[in-house]
Amino acid sequence: MTKLVDLTIAEAREKLAAREISATELTEAYLSEIETANAAFNAYITVTGDIAREQAKASDAKIAAGEARPLEGIPLGIKDLYATKGVHTQACSHILDGFKPEYESTVTQNLWNDGAVMLGKLNMDEFAMGSSNETSFYGNVVNPWRRKGSDTALVPGGSSGGSASAVAAHLCAAATASDTGGSIRQPAALTGTVGIKPTYGRCSRWGMVAFASSLDQAGPIGRTVRDNAILLKSMASVDAKDTTSVDAPVPDYESFVGKSIKGMKIGIPKEYRVDGMPEVIDQLWQQGIEWLKDAGAEIVEISLPHTKYALPAYYIVAPAEASSNLARYDGVRYGLRVPGNDIVEMYENTRAVGFGDEVKRRVMIGTYVLSAGYYDAYYLKAQKVRTLIKRDFDLAWENGVDAILTPTTPDAAFAPGEITDPVTMYLNDIFTVTANMAGVPGISIPAGLNKDGLPLGLQLIGKPFDEGTLFQVGEVIEQAAGTFKPENWWSK
Amino acid sequence: MSVDLNTVKRVARLARIKVDDAQAEKMTGELNAILGFVEQLDEVNIDGVEPMTSVVEQSMKKRSDGKTDGDYADTIVKNAPVSEDNFFMVPKVVE
Repeated sequence: MTKLVDLTIAEAREKLAAREISATELTEAYLSEIETANAAFNAYITVTGDIAREQAKASDAKIAAGEARPLEGIPLGIKDLYATKGVHTQACSHILDGFKPEYESTVTQNLWNDGAVMLGKLNMDEFAMGSSNETSFYGNVVNPWRRKGSDTALVPGGSSGGSASAVAAHLCAAATASDTGGSIRQPAALTGTVGIKPTYGRCSRWGMVAFASSLDQAGPIGRTVRDNAILLKSMASVDAKDTTSVDAPVPDYESFVGKSIKGMKIGIPKEYRVDGMPEVIDQLWQQGIEWLKDAGAEIVEISLPHTKYALPAYYIVAPAEASSNLARYDGVRYGLRVPGNDIVEMYENTRAVGFGDEVKRRVMIGTYVLSAGYYDAYYLKAQKVRTLIKRDFDLAWENGVDAILTPTTPDAAFAPGEITDPVTMYLNDIFTVTANMAGVPGISIPAGLNKDGLPLGLQLIGKPFDEGTLFQVGEVIEQAAGTFKPENWWSK
Repeated sequence: MSVDLNTVKRVARLARIKVDDAQAEKMTGELNAILGFVEQLDEVNIDGVEPMTSVVEQSMKKRSDGKTDGDYADTIVKNAPVSEDNFFMVPKVVE
């Protein structure tokens, strides 16, 4: 018999509706799995068993009354940057020490309104700054995947490392995540899971701890394309509390899953073939092209000439916005306070102790590029480059391209401590960051394994607000590639 | 462009992060590596290009200039490290 925690959201939904299982049983199964296995991964930093049990009980009542909502009784993990009322919310930073918000983020409220169950808060890179989940105040997250024949721990990617790891190890049915430069898609690729960064403005940012406001976007990580479609439908909304939330109705994403892609035009951007990329990545990309061709899509070579400038422009825009956003952490209104002789010294001491090295680095870069005399040379120029990156995409859409296929990451998961140079670490986001800079949606789908048996992902980039097409094309890749599960070493 | 030790200390002061000499020294190298990386943007011709201000064409949403929320000061200060009578308490700033 299939274990309850092995059910996808779509499968669990069916069994719950048919009363084959109860929401309480499903929630208990996950809570017991977390209790046994979480120590191996450090994915959850807080488990909210009481809340979960209460929500599951309410879900069972709703189902019994014939009033089941779209996510009724589905147990989810929540990234620590979503404000959850009365529950640990620190974006895994020491500076938010003890912070328990008095309000709920719009995205999580949407999920609870649709009947979902909260299992707990998930580990992440501090303030979502990182690509390996090594910058969390709460310690590294371990990837359920290991190299064949090795028991060396590997990173799950970042910044949504706890989300990706928990989903891959079946410690939740799916998880919320967030993506500023690749923080949903890169960990999804490194853990054999599916993750989508929607169009900027699709999900409300209200109640999400801010990193870079013009780039941050909420999205799910799940086990299948369909589960992503189900979750995004609930997470997305039009929200008056976020002025960048876009007034566009949320489509029924699930209706796109399983639709034919015959006649669709898929663009292959030549600029995504970078020097030193392992051969397996290129092979996988070619394989993806074949799969889509076999499904009746038309493949066209396209050019996105400003691709190589996306990452350097990102490392101006994101730190600049971060330095402004993180100015609020001063030891006055919430979180940590480290005393000093005067108020300025209190600020300086608090921020010296409260922020980790990567966060300090980015705040410093941001402060520098925004400081007197440098605004035009850095921030303004980067914002102009952004216009050019967006224009590259616009041109592809104008030429009839429906979606763009690329690798998600330049390589598979690596070991903690293996990458110590900040700029080398930043290169992990080389294929994902363009979508953030242009604001367009991107999805990562597991597509194969490398010679060490580690998962790799393919990315589809779509037109603004055309997430439906990404689910449609994504499912074709998923069907062709199959799903990937790590060998279970943790519960033996 | 690159930064020297004194610039790093000045920026740390602006960012209100206390750094000692050893940390500032280490940061100087790291920040220069990042600034070197972003220098690639000098190759791009940006003449006549408008800066991107939003990813989707949308006029800024406005609301009427009225009170829409509030009257829960005790909730606002609840997470403060030090508060008194619904005020945030800080070290003395005016002599």
